[in-house]
Amino acid sequence: MKFTCLSKGGGFNFPSCHILHICGFRILFDAPLDLSALTIFSPVPVGPDGLSGEEALCCRDLVHAEPCYKTVKNLHLWDASFIDVVLISSPMGMLGLPFLTRMKGFSAKIYVTEATARLGELMMKDLVSVHMEFRQFYGDEESAFPQRMKWEELDQLPSRLKEIALGKDGEELGAWMTLYSAADLKDCVQKVRTLKYGEETCYNGTLVIKAVSSGLEIGACNWAINSPKGDIAFISNSIFLSGHSMDFDYHALEGNDLILYSDFSFVHTMDDLDSEFNSASGTDSLRSLASADGILEERGKLAFVCSCAVDAVKTGGSVLIPIDRLGVVLQLLEEISASLDSSNLKVPIYFISSVSEELLAFTNVIPEWLCRERQEKLFSGKALFGHVELMKEKKLHVFPAVYSTESLMNWQEPCIVFCPDWSLRLGPVVHLLRRWCGDQNSLLVLENGIDTELALLPFKPIAMKVLQCSFLSGINLRKVQPLLEILQPKVVLFPEDLKQVSSGESMPFSVLHYSENETLLISSLKSSEVELPMELATQFHFKKLKQEHISVARLKGELLVGNGKYQLISGSKQADQKCRPVLCWGSPDIETLLAALSQRGIKGTVGGGTMDSKFENVSVVHVHEPNRACIEIRVTTSVVTAADEDLASQISDAICSVLAST
Amino acid sequence: MAIDCLVLGAGQEVGKSCVVVSINGKRIMFDCGMHMGYLDHRRYPDFSLIPNSQGRSSGFDDAIDCIIITHFHLDHVGALPYFTEVCGYRGPIYMTYPTKALAPLMLEDYRKVMVERRGEEEQFTSDHIVECMRKVIAVDLKQTVQVDKDLQIRAYYAGHVIGAAMFYAKVGDSAILYTGDYNMTPDRHLGAAQIDRLHLDLVISESTYATTIRDSKYAREREFLQAVHKCISGRGKVLIPTFALGRAQELCILLEDYWERMNLKVPIYFSAGLTIQANMYYKMLISWTSQKIKETYSTHNAFDFKHVKNFERSMIDVPGPCVLFATPGMISGGFSLEVFKHWAPSGMNLVTLPGYCVAGTIGHKLMSGKPTKIELDKDTHIDVRCQIHQLSFSPHTDAKGIMDLVKFLSPKHVILVHGEKPKMASLKGRIQSELGIQCYDPANYETVSIPSTNYVKAVASDAFVRSCLNPNFKFLKSSTEDEHNSSFKSRNCMPRLQVIDERVLEGILVLEKSQKAKVVHQEELLLMLGEKKHTVQHAYCCPVHIANLDSTDHIDGCLWLRLFSTILSDEFPEGNVQDFGGHIQVESFHMSICLKDSCPYRIDDNPQNRSECLNCCCTWSVEDEKIAWKIISILKNFQLEFNKRSTWSTRHI
Repeated sequence: MKFTCLSKGGGFNFPSCHILHICGFRILFDAPLDLSALTIFSPVPVGPDGLSGEEALCCRDLVHAEPCYKTVKNLHLWDASFIDVVLISSPMGMLGLPFLTRMKGFSAKIYVTEATARLGELMMKDLVSVHMEFRQFYGDEESAFPQRMKWEELDQLPSRLKEIALGKDGEELGAWMTLYSAADLKDCVQKVRTLKYGEETCYNGTLVIKAVSSGLEIGACNWAINSPKGDIAFISNSIFLSGHSMDFDYHALEGNDLILYSDFSFVHTMDDLDSEFNSASGTDSLRSLASADGILEERGKLAFVCSCAVDAVKTGGSVLIPIDRLGVVLQLLEEISASLDSSNLKVPIYFISSVSEELLAFTNVIPEWLCRERQEKLFSGKALFGHVELMKEKKLHVFPAVYSTESLMNWQEPCIVFCPDWSLRLGPVVHLLRRWCGDQNSLLVLENGIDTELALLPFKPIAMKVLQCSFLSGINLRKVQPLLEILQPKVVLFPEDLKQVSSGESMPFSVLHYSENETLLISSLKSSEVELPMELATQFHFKKLKQEHISVARLKGELLVGNGKYQLISGSKQADQKCRPVLCWGSPDIETLLAALSQRGIKGTVGGGTMDSKFENVSVVHVHEPNRACIEIRVTTSVVTAADEDLASQISDAICSVLAST
Repeated sequence: MAIDCLVLGAGQEVGKSCVVVSINGKRIMFDCGMHMGYLDHRRYPDFSLIPNSQGRSSGFDDAIDCIIITHFHLDHVGALPYFTEVCGYRGPIYMTYPTKALAPLMLEDYRKVMVERRGEEEQFTSDHIVECMRKVIAVDLKQTVQVDKDLQIRAYYAGHVIGAAMFYAKVGDSAILYTGDYNMTPDRHLGAAQIDRLHLDLVISESTYATTIRDSKYAREREFLQAVHKCISGRGKVLIPTFALGRAQELCILLEDYWERMNLKVPIYFSAGLTIQANMYYKMLISWTSQKIKETYSTHNAFDFKHVKNFERSMIDVPGPCVLFATPGMISGGFSLEVFKHWAPSGMNLVTLPGYCVAGTIGHKLMSGKPTKIELDKDTHIDVRCQIHQLSFSPHTDAKGIMDLVKFLSPKHVILVHGEKPKMASLKGRIQSELGIQCYDPANYETVSIPSTNYVKAVASDAFVRSCLNPNFKFLKSSTEDEHNSSFKSRNCMPRLQVIDERVLEGILVLEKSQKAKVVHQEELLLMLGEKKHTVQHAYCCPVHIANLDSTDHIDGCLWLRLFSTILSDEFPEGNVQDFGGHIQVESFHMSICLKDSCPYRIDDNPQNRSECLNCCCTWSVEDEKIAWKIISILKNFQLEFNKRSTWSTRHI
């Protein structure tokens, strides 16, 4: 078994990416896009007002071109046609998938949960549509759009942008791709095999693959893979208790041999790794795993965003929330409208995206993918999310684009707007940000983990308030150890970044560390098992060996490989030839052999033992009756010489009968 | 270990489905229904018959590991609150999301009808229903649920009503499928049942339509719509007694569609808020409906009915045409009975009845014959002059569907429940004779026992697995002697190929005291035992008589080998005769010209003939003795052959 980490990713929007080689199959985990790299592009043609300082970056330094998209560079080092299985853990992990599926020779089976497939499709649709919009507004390559920057001229980029574009040694240039088309996307979605949570699917009879909820997002999942060579759990960013999606189902990952730990959320909160990791101990940790503090903290953050939004609206400003995280958006919609109601403010909420209508309709028909509280709403006959009521009450308006007729007819300021894209380069956010950036009463809500300075560069100078907040996007390091105590694996693979904290001898399992683009060899976890049906097993001819405690039997039947198991079934047609043992060992005892021969009516005498040319002991038995024949016996071989077939076979039978055989 | 199947309800009847199955020591209750036809104790299954449930403080909790409910119909879930809240079962209960959402509506509706309209003593309260549903664990389709360490269950789409599921249960190596009610053809709002090809010891199937074969649905739907249209254009009223869920939605989608197409304005009413409330659930449960509805929900949710309005009791006698959906179905009481009393006497009106009505209900009476008078009790009777239309489409599978499912799954045994005795007997006969599968149709309170599957597990060595997974086919000509002879005669015919794969035969099962059974490759066994392989070889120095063999020929034996090689290649057209110059090899058979004066393998040494003899020293191993002896017989008959070919061979030499 081999494991290679292709990319550690970068936060919620850019999940990690790995390849696992098991039982002769290559499994790729996720195919994400690094959308944060979009910030090197300029969203709008730059005006003459850009002040070009000596040190500071300015808007002119950005790449003025149709944006390209950055994929996982190390994935390009692999031949896509050699990948057998792709497992997508979250909608974000799907954004780069069309790049793979459109590749010639790519034929892997792609497994995605139903909800992830739908959400991923909507996100990609939106991406394709805002990209098209960019081209429509500013023209493409051939048009009059001022093409200041060509790819060949990247060397002239300021060092900060160059690092994003090219990586440290310029090796990341190959990762940039022009966006897939709507047709590529459609084709990709058709190639996907969707799963429910907990649904077992079997790849090639050998791997049993199961998606279990990770709590990160609606449809997001971890993977349990059972193979004859061991059971593996892949843990991506997971959240124990969620306000919208189904909780992290860690019980389903119990008792696996190997855990591939791929939750990199600690990277962004790495203040005090050591104390975090080791602080939790034994008993109280079990309780704390699913304790509500995480969710309370998240609610607190949402409440803070709401209060800021209400304050902004009160002063006559508008609020712009370019956050793509579906869970955050859905909960903020509920919370903000409640806050507005309680402060008696009548301010419209707009949700602007090419897929907004489909997205909101979808979230209301998927009770099976949501957390317990949301499911309770189904059981009591209420809508799953608050936005259904809000739309009915005309508090929430959903538009496909800023310039759509409905939006132009209904537009009212101040207002609260949810819209993509969080990199502030594509889609409706660009227009609205331009409109409001000078208004000191307005508020922009951003997610942590993006380079704010770079992201806001094209909109400078900015008077509008900017609120940046981080939302929970993975397992708290404090909970890792108690979690593993429950899961009881034999081996855990941690990222190298956790080396100093996770290599303690105290752990009841062995720990390996992986780092980006290095292949780790994992020794065999368990030996294969074969299942024999009782009926068949009783038909076997067991032979007790002279090693008293061992008996052996030769197998019969056919081997079936299915559901990750080897199973012996009775063969359909057994051309049962002469039942002669195939394997003999030991040396025949001459006296016993003579007795065995005479039982078969064959008489012979022992010729003198001689030494042959190789100084081996040779005994010879001369057979007189029923015909002349001769047996030459050495330590590891016997040679039967007879002129007729029947006699020869009788003699070799006799020899086998005095040898240990099966 | 065995699988014991105790039928507590729906044995040779329809109503109060309840089957208790124990598999390898785990006991599962499938469905916990009530009988609509009875009002006394017979309405519930007799739970006291469950083994191990008597005389223990923990009662049913120890006796039953879990309850599985297939769908929300009362004959499948009606006794559940009674069993959990009154009998005190506290273990896990599983049902699909829609069933968990909709079952309480059905139960509450039923309770109200019983208590408030009929004035009966209540069997369970509203709180009981709420408490009971709180214990239910909702499952999704195909989700594998680990009930405990040994018991695994999984739901499959059954298509009968929204959320209906067939349940697969596995304990150890034994597995069964309980179908509940299912439909093998899709309808307006639901898809057809779907199942994987499973290895099953037992299938417990419904058999409502054990002998019926249905044709296309569309003609029957048209019939229904025409009957409704005729009635309303004659200013009549249409009463559709249905249960709030399932059929109501299906017919409503049908009518909405028709109203739209025909531009009709006649109002469609739902009797209680219940059905409208139910539509709210349907809107959220889109993923459990038919493909067509799933595809269109984001623009128009099919359960947003435009023409449907609420019905008030005061509207019963308001003149003018209308269509009314009234609960309960089968006119077993409640509001549908009330409306029926008012509307039945008029010849203008129409009552549509479902394809199946439980014996004892008014629906059943209307269907059996054409009564003009229905006695409600001793004092009251209703004159029936209205039209009766029987809906001939049903959400149950027909006989063909049952046969198809059983054939597809090919279980070792089949048990039929939920049907009528004579029809079930006929279907049972078909399953046994046409499919060769053991089939049972137990009556209530009978137990069927069948053997369960068990596997012995053995550790498999890597070498064995590897050798098994690498294809290692052998292609052999037909092996039996007589066939061989026939192909001998007609050499130009293509030999009949036989594919033989003996990889498994190279495996050896090793049982060692106090160790797990192990399967190794034969090569490994000796290493394990620390022994050396002993090969049994055959050798024979075969004299070939050649007339006029002179000394020069004797010396140049190689030429003879060439000649033999050519002859053998003729005899073995598969091309496995290899000529290495010094010797010829066929499989393990090895032949060279023996020039030794005394060869240990020369048996019939005849010095007189030595001058006319060419000795061919042959060795082979046991596996190839057939080939070896065939070659030797060719060599022995060589003289004959040689003479025949003398002209050719002289030229050649």
